[in-house]
Amino acid sequence: MTEKFKDHILTFILGVIFICVMYFVVANGIFIDFLNRVGMNGILVLSMVPAIVCGVGLNFGVSIGMLCGLLGGVLSIELGFSGFIAFIFAIFVGTILSIITGILYGKILNTVKGDEMMVGTYAGFSIVSLMSIFWVILPFKSPDMVWTIGGKGLRTTISLENSFGGILGTFGNIALFIAMCLALYIFFNTKQGIAMKTAGIKPKFALNCGIKSEKYRIIGIVLSNVLGALGILVYSSAYGFIQLYQAPLMMPFSAVAGVLLGGATIKKASIHNAILGVCVFQLLMTASTPIINSIFQDSSLSDSLRMVISYGVILYALVKQGGRRLK
Amino acid sequence: MTSIKNIFKNYTVPCVFLILGIIGFFIADLPIKMFINDIIERISRNFFIVLSLIIPIMAGMGINFALTVGAMTGQLALIFVVILNISGTLGVFTAFLISLPISAIFGIFIGLIMNRTKGREMITGLILGYFFSGIYQLIILSIPVSNSVIGVEGGRGVKSTIDLGIIKYGLDRFPTYIRIFGIKLPLFTLIICSMLCLFIWYFSKTKLGQDIRLTGMDIKTAEEKGINVNKVRIIAIVLSTIFAGIGQIISLQNIGTLSTFGSHEQVSMYAGASILVGGASIKKAGCMNAFIGTLLFYILFIVAPKSGTNIFGDPQIGEFFRVFIAYGVIVFALIINNKKNKSY
Repeated sequence: MTEKFKDHILTFILGVIFICVMYFVVANGIFIDFLNRVGMNGILVLSMVPAIVCGVGLNFGVSIGMLCGLLGGVLSIELGFSGFIAFIFAIFVGTILSIITGILYGKILNTVKGDEMMVGTYAGFSIVSLMSIFWVILPFKSPDMVWTIGGKGLRTTISLENSFGGILGTFGNIALFIAMCLALYIFFNTKQGIAMKTAGIKPKFALNCGIKSEKYRIIGIVLSNVLGALGILVYSSAYGFIQLYQAPLMMPFSAVAGVLLGGATIKKASIHNAILGVCVFQLLMTASTPIINSIFQDSSLSDSLRMVISYGVILYALVKQGGRRLK
Repeated sequence: MTSIKNIFKNYTVPCVFLILGIIGFFIADLPIKMFINDIIERISRNFFIVLSLIIPIMAGMGINFALTVGAMTGQLALIFVVILNISGTLGVFTAFLISLPISAIFGIFIGLIMNRTKGREMITGLILGYFFSGIYQLIILSIPVSNSVIGVEGGRGVKSTIDLGIIKYGLDRFPTYIRIFGIKLPLFTLIICSMLCLFIWYFSKTKLGQDIRLTGMDIKTAEEKGINVNKVRIIAIVLSTIFAGIGQIISLQNIGTLSTFGSHEQVSMYAGASILVGGASIKKAGCMNAFIGTLLFYILFIVAPKSGTNIFGDPQIGEFFRVFIAYGVIVFALIINNKKNKSY
C-alpha cells in the first residue's frame, strides 16, 4: 500500500515538474490566470469528495446541485439584490434547494446501488433538460436577464456585472475554497464524518456497528450537492456570467476528472486529492492552451485535447478500479 | 379489464409513450401524409443503429453506450468516400467496406476495456464514447486535406459540415424512387434493416449466439462450462460497433449532410432511449422491442417541437421536453431494472 502511494506521489511530482518547466518555457505572467482558475473550479472539484467517501462513487449527477445554485443566482438577480447581499442570498437559496433535491436524489441512488454512476449521469442530464424548459417558462422580469427583443425566457448567458460578478476576487475565491476544505476536513473528523467513512468503505461492517449506510449515503450526496451549488456560484461569479440551458450538462465531468487527477479512485478520496487535483488539472489547462496554440495555430484543438485528457483520466480510473464482483 | 391492466403493467414504458405520442399527435395537428412520411424516414434512418444494441444486451453488457465510436468510424469512412469521390449506391457500399476494419479494431479495443470493468460496462461505454470523440476531433482537426469539398481552404483540418450530395439517397432510392399513395418508401434500406433482424435471429441460434446468451444470463456458469467469456464479450462488442458504423452511414446517406463534430454525439443516447422505450430492459431485448421503440420514440420526436409551439408558443420547449424524456427513460429503465434484480 505504501509503495503504491509512493508511486503515485512520484508520478505526480514528476508530472508537476514537467508541466512547470513547460509552463515557464512557453509563457510567463499567466500564473495569476492559473490561480484564478483554481479559485473558480476548486469547490466544484471538492464536491466530489463527500460522494466518494460515503460510498456512492463519482457523483456525475452533481449538476442537480449546480442547477440549484444557478436558480439561486437567478432569483437573487430577479429580486434586485446587488453586491455581497446578492451573493449571500444566492448561496442561501442554492443551499436550501440543493439540500431538498439532494435528499430526493440520494433516495433514488439508494434504490440503485451499484449503478449509481450511470443513474447519476442520466439523472443529471435529464434534470438539465427539464430545467431548460423552466428557464424558458418561468416568469422572470428583470431586464438584466430576459431577451431584449423577441424570444421568451432567460438569456443563455447572463452578465453578473450589476450583481455579484467578481465579488470575491481571485484570492477571495481561493480563501473560500480553503475554508470549505477545512470545513469538510473538520466534518470528516466528527462522529458523523467517521461513521460516513465507515459506511462508505465497509457497508456490512458499518451495519454491524449500528451505522445505517443508507442515511450516510444521503448525507454525503447532500453535502456533494450543496458544494456543487456553492461551486457553481463561485464559478459564475469569477467568470462574470451565469450560463444557463445546456452549459451545466458536461461540467460534472471536468470536476470528476479533476478529483481523479489528484489521485482519488472511485472508492477512495480525501480532501488533499481535490486540492492536488484541481491544481494539476488547471495547471495543465493553463499551460496547454498557449503551447498548443503555438504549435498548431488553432484554438479548437486545445478544447479537444482537454476532452481527451479529462475523459481519459475518468476512463483510467474506471479501468483501474476493475470489475464489480458478479453474482 | 384485468388483461388491459396486465398489459399496462408489463409494458409500462411503451404504453406511456404511446399515450404521449397520441396526445402529442393531436396537439401538433400535423397533416397525416407528412406525418407518415416523416415516420418512415426516421425509422429507416435509425432502426439499424437501434438494432445494433441488441447483441451486447444479450451478452449481459447492458446498453452499449460506446455506440458513438461506431458512429464515428462510419463518419470517417464517409469522409474517405467523399475524398475518393465515389458516388451513389457504390459509394455507400464502399463506405460500409471501409468502416468494417476500423470498427472492428475499435470494437476489440472497447471490448478489452469493458472486460476489465465487468459490471460497469455502461458507464465505461459512455466515457469511452466521449474519450474517442475527443480523439476523433483531434484527428479531424489536424489531418491535412487538400480536397476542396472537405478541407478548410488554406488550412488544415476538415470542415465542420460536409455535403454528402454525391451519395445522398444512395440506398433509399436504390434501384428507383418508390412511392405508394404519395408515401415515399425507402425500400432497400428497410430490406437491409430486416436482413439485420434476420441475422440477429439466426445468430442467437448458432453456437456462438448461445454462448453469448449464456454469458449474459450467468457469467459464472458460462465460465464453468468452458466458454471463453472474455472472447465472447469482445465479439459481441465488435459486432455492435460494426453495425453502429453501418447504421450511421445509412442514417447519413438519408440526411445528406455530415456535421463533422456533432452527428455522432447523440447517437448512443437516442438509440439507447429508443430500445428502452420499446420495452426492452438492460438484460433482455429483441428486434420487436427495437422496432416498437424506434417507432414510438421518433413519433415523439416529430410531434414534440410542433406541440411545444402550439402549447407554449415556443418550439424550443418541445425540443427540451423530448431530450428530457430521452434521458429520463434511461434513468427510469435503470431504476426499474435494479428493482427487478433485487426481487429474486
